[in-house]
Amino acid sequence: MTVMTQNTGAIARRTAARARKRSNRNLVLTVVSLVGGIAIWWLISLVAPQLPTPPAVAVRGWQLAADGSLFQDVGASLLRVLSGFVLGTALAIPVGFLMGWYATVRSLIEPWVQFFRMIPPLAIIPLAIVLLGIGEQPKILVIFLAAFLSCVVSTFQGVVNVDKTLINAARVLGAGDGTIFARIVVPASFPFILVGMRIGLGASWATLVAAELIAAQNGIGHRMQQAQLYYDLPTIFVGLIVIGVLGLAMDRILLAVEKKLTSWQERR
Amino acid sequence: MSDNPTIRIEHVRKTFDLKGDEFVALGDVSLDIADNEFITIVGPSGCGKSTLMNILAGLEEPTGGRALVNGDVVRGPSPDRGVIFQQYALFPWLTVRKNVEFGLRTAGMPAAQRREKAQHFIDLVGLTQFADALPKMLSGGMRQRCAIARAYAVDPSILLMDEPFGALDALTRVNLQEQLLDTWSKEKRTVVFITHDVDEAVFLGNRVVVMAARPGRIFDIVDIDLPYPRTEEVRLSPEFQSLRNRVWRSVYHQDRPASIAH
Repeated sequence: MTVMTQNTGAIARRTAARARKRSNRNLVLTVVSLVGGIAIWWLISLVAPQLPTPPAVAVRGWQLAADGSLFQDVGASLLRVLSGFVLGTALAIPVGFLMGWYATVRSLIEPWVQFFRMIPPLAIIPLAIVLLGIGEQPKILVIFLAAFLSCVVSTFQGVVNVDKTLINAARVLGAGDGTIFARIVVPASFPFILVGMRIGLGASWATLVAAELIAAQNGIGHRMQQAQLYYDLPTIFVGLIVIGVLGLAMDRILLAVEKKLTSWQERR
Repeated sequence: MSDNPTIRIEHVRKTFDLKGDEFVALGDVSLDIADNEFITIVGPSGCGKSTLMNILAGLEEPTGGRALVNGDVVRGPSPDRGVIFQQYALFPWLTVRKNVEFGLRTAGMPAAQRREKAQHFIDLVGLTQFADALPKMLSGGMRQRCAIARAYAVDPSILLMDEPFGALDALTRVNLQEQLLDTWSKEKRTVVFITHDVDEAVFLGNRVVVMAARPGRIFDIVDIDLPYPRTEEVRLSPEFQSLRNRVWRSVYHQDRPASIAH
């Protein structure tokens, strides 16, 4: 047993060293890729003068940040996306569990989920504006729908995919339905739920900007819309970059949470 | 057999509907198993040995006949009948200790007592140093030892093992066989052990039940009158060899009646 422990330790150390080496290499490649991408953009902007150069966009970004309007827009957009996303996933998780656990609930709800999934959330916008006006509600409703529909499907898949042997193992250890649900089904479907949340977040973010393009008094999408009227390309670029960076940051946060909470999984 | 067998299988039948055709997984199976017996069941695939075990575990219902454990008809699973699965079936998000404590927690045992009891069985299967490791850190053999500790912890009167060592390499398998017998000699239980490995069946059991397929039925029962503890010496002895040969013929030459096969 001692020998085994030493071996395991040595293997773990070697694997860790290899992983560090790999992650250093990845970091270098990421930086190379970023610098290269910006260089290509710069070259293209020199050939096509209607495109702003990277420094022009950086200057505009600085101006927008300095007068505070960038943070106001980001704040307004984030508030919308988070309200819709939180409401959407908060409803999607219990509904997904019910659909996975009770065949009757599944049969009742699934046609509607599948139907609404086929309608791009953006197509709901005209209806939402007519019914709810042009305030915050229609935007949050659309984001809510986007988050809910992506998350509900994967939660439900997670419950359906729980290894039957684990349920049998719990059953023969004396677990009833309640225990099996709380202590087997919920943790076992967690990885699926988190993937659903990430997809939901991406969908929310995509929907948000479009919703703001149509009817908003503030927000990143609104700012870009205004810039379009004045042919202000640097501002549009700043908007695009901010959307991309924020989306990426939120996705990374969820990914980190996922890794932390599902570290028990065996990864291939 | 004794008048009050721990396990009594009475004319158990199990059929499945295969696109309108009736598939007979178990014909008419009857078997009595006495207290603290170590029964091994061996047979070709499709002989219904896993179905029989699932019926004893209460995970499947027989189409006809009944299974009794300690005089009560089996209706659904019970912690009194521990099951060890070939795929280990450890809860991957729980540590070894939490896995072993699972059944105790379900039974509502207080935390301190639970921990003490789990520790006893973790020590017994030799996983002391890995008590706080997650299953993904363990080798196949260690996982199965953890599953054995988990089954033992709830104190079942019988243990049902469905090809528990089937996925392990030959060396680990021999090791675990000896460890299992060691554990069993310290904590006597009635064991029903399913395997497709003739050597394993003869080495572990005090009786080997040979099953045949189409329809699934008991083909032969061989008493293994080798002494416990079964050491390497026993495994290499001529007595073991001749019993092994006897069971082998029974498993691989089922076209002849059992009485002629030996």
